[in-house]
Amino acid sequence: MSAIIEVNNLSKQFKEVKAVDGLSFTVEAGDVYGFLGQNGAGKSTTIRMLLTLIKPTTGDIHIFGKNLSTHRHEILKEVGAVIEKPDLYKFLTAYDNLAIFAKLSGMKPTRALLLDQLKLVGLEERAFSKVKTFSQGMKQRLGIAVALVHNPRLILLDEPTNGLDPQGIADMRKLILQLSREMGKTVLVSSHLLNEIELIANRMIIIHKGKKMVEGKVAELLDPSKSLVQLETGNDTLTREQLKQTEWGAMLQQNEQHLRISMNKRDVPRLVAYLVSLQVQVLSINPMHSLENYFLSLTTQPDHVESITN
Amino acid sequence: MWNLLQIELFKIMRKPRTYLAFGIIAAFIFLIQLGLLVNGKDWMMFVMGSLGETMNIDYNKLLNGYAVCFFVLNLLLVHVPILVALVAGDVVSGEASMGTLRLLAAKPVSRTQIILAKFLATAVYVFALLAWIAVISLVVSLAVFGENDVVVAKASGLQLIEASDVLWRYFFAFGFAFIAMMVVAAISLLLSTLSENSIGPIVATVGIIIVCTLISEMEIPMYQKYIKPYLFTTYMLGWKGFFYIGSTADGETIKGSIQYLPAILKSVGALMLYIVVLVAASVFVFRKKDILS
Repeated sequence: MSAIIEVNNLSKQFKEVKAVDGLSFTVEAGDVYGFLGQNGAGKSTTIRMLLTLIKPTTGDIHIFGKNLSTHRHEILKEVGAVIEKPDLYKFLTAYDNLAIFAKLSGMKPTRALLLDQLKLVGLEERAFSKVKTFSQGMKQRLGIAVALVHNPRLILLDEPTNGLDPQGIADMRKLILQLSREMGKTVLVSSHLLNEIELIANRMIIIHKGKKMVEGKVAELLDPSKSLVQLETGNDTLTREQLKQTEWGAMLQQNEQHLRISMNKRDVPRLVAYLVSLQVQVLSINPMHSLENYFLSLTTQPDHVESITN
Repeated sequence: MWNLLQIELFKIMRKPRTYLAFGIIAAFIFLIQLGLLVNGKDWMMFVMGSLGETMNIDYNKLLNGYAVCFFVLNLLLVHVPILVALVAGDVVSGEASMGTLRLLAAKPVSRTQIILAKFLATAVYVFALLAWIAVISLVVSLAVFGENDVVVAKASGLQLIEASDVLWRYFFAFGFAFIAMMVVAAISLLLSTLSENSIGPIVATVGIIIVCTLISEMEIPMYQKYIKPYLFTTYMLGWKGFFYIGSTADGETIKGSIQYLPAILKSVGALMLYIVVLVAASVFVFRKKDILS
């Protein structure tokens, strides 16, 4: 699989606040990549940096293998996005909004293509109604049409189910899965709800206060038999390198501050025995919460989180 | 760029706010024309005052289409900047408050192009607004009041411009007014790039114009010497210069001449410099801006 998005050591400082702090992650082709974190975790700031709306303080972003800062124009031609609320030109019709954004994406859209796109999101009968008369759900669907009209390879959806009713949320999930499975799109979708990501994403990252907490396959991270185990050794960097060569290498979390492995608790004695055999000085070993409880603790008890993560 | 300009013009044309200015101008000019049609002669006699008793003045000829247009422009061009700010102050900040700026800036177009397209679209709007003023104040006034010579007041006294020597002066006066209004548009654009709501830039532009106009008009030596030469408002009313006709040493007016042409050219140069600096500053600010709206 080829990497569609590669983010390395990305940071954004707003005066006193560090919104994103040394974030690194990779999104592979065909992924529905869940970007999970509580409100204010840095999800939207990261997505805005991926769209060049915000300039990173440090770090670099590669999309489709090209540096975003030097190949902005050609990269954005193949990116579609819904950024938070689907705000569009209220004084224009759905058709006019779609036509404007299609042209801005470098297309010369035909009337038939625009109407087809509106049909795809169920707005064909309201094509020539002004957006100011639309409900939140209809605006969200039009926002999706705007994001897809130029047939992008990568779609960034920032909290796409916000403000939708249950049926709208179900439709959105169906659409995201359809985009990935039937149309082969790569989708990055942010949310503050773990169950939402669990239902649609194959890979995910959890960020908290701008930092990566965990990243990996959803099925593995949310496996109820597994826990996050945090190790403290005499030389964490060396131990990490040694573990990368073993069966635990794939389970290692890419967190630069801590040595964490997503593994079955029953395998902990075997891991300790292995480390001892390598003459690694094991200072402490701490099975943490399951990922679900861990994320819950992030969203409900921020103070408690500090004691877990630091 | 052409594609972006078309999109910006389309958006301006579809905003109800755009037509508000055209409506206000039409109502204002029609009210003046109606007033002068009904009581124009009495009003002219009042304006001429004691001169009317010492000179033989044909008030019916004095009140003609060119004179009405001159009167309208004197009153109106001071207030048109407010109408320009109404649209120009909204072009970036309006999109920020509406939430569409992030969609626009995430598209494969450069931020420099976005700002230049918005400025050019505003220029088309300002041109249309002045053309509208020209049509209503000049063409309609000529149709209603007829064509005749114009009397213009100067510091040295009254000056007569022959009817055949007037029309080209209006052409250049409107051209000058266009450049002056583009300075206002450029100020609004810069303020618009700095703001997340459209009311702020509009109010701030009007405030800047009022303060600068007051300083320009104050006869305080310190202001006159050190501040006035650098204020754009000092040069904005230069359009009147096209109606100051040159004369011979005997006091004979020279048809087709402009008395203070170098001063007008200096004003045009100063206003153009303002436009370039303000638009460049807008581009710089917008390119650096983190779009958080």
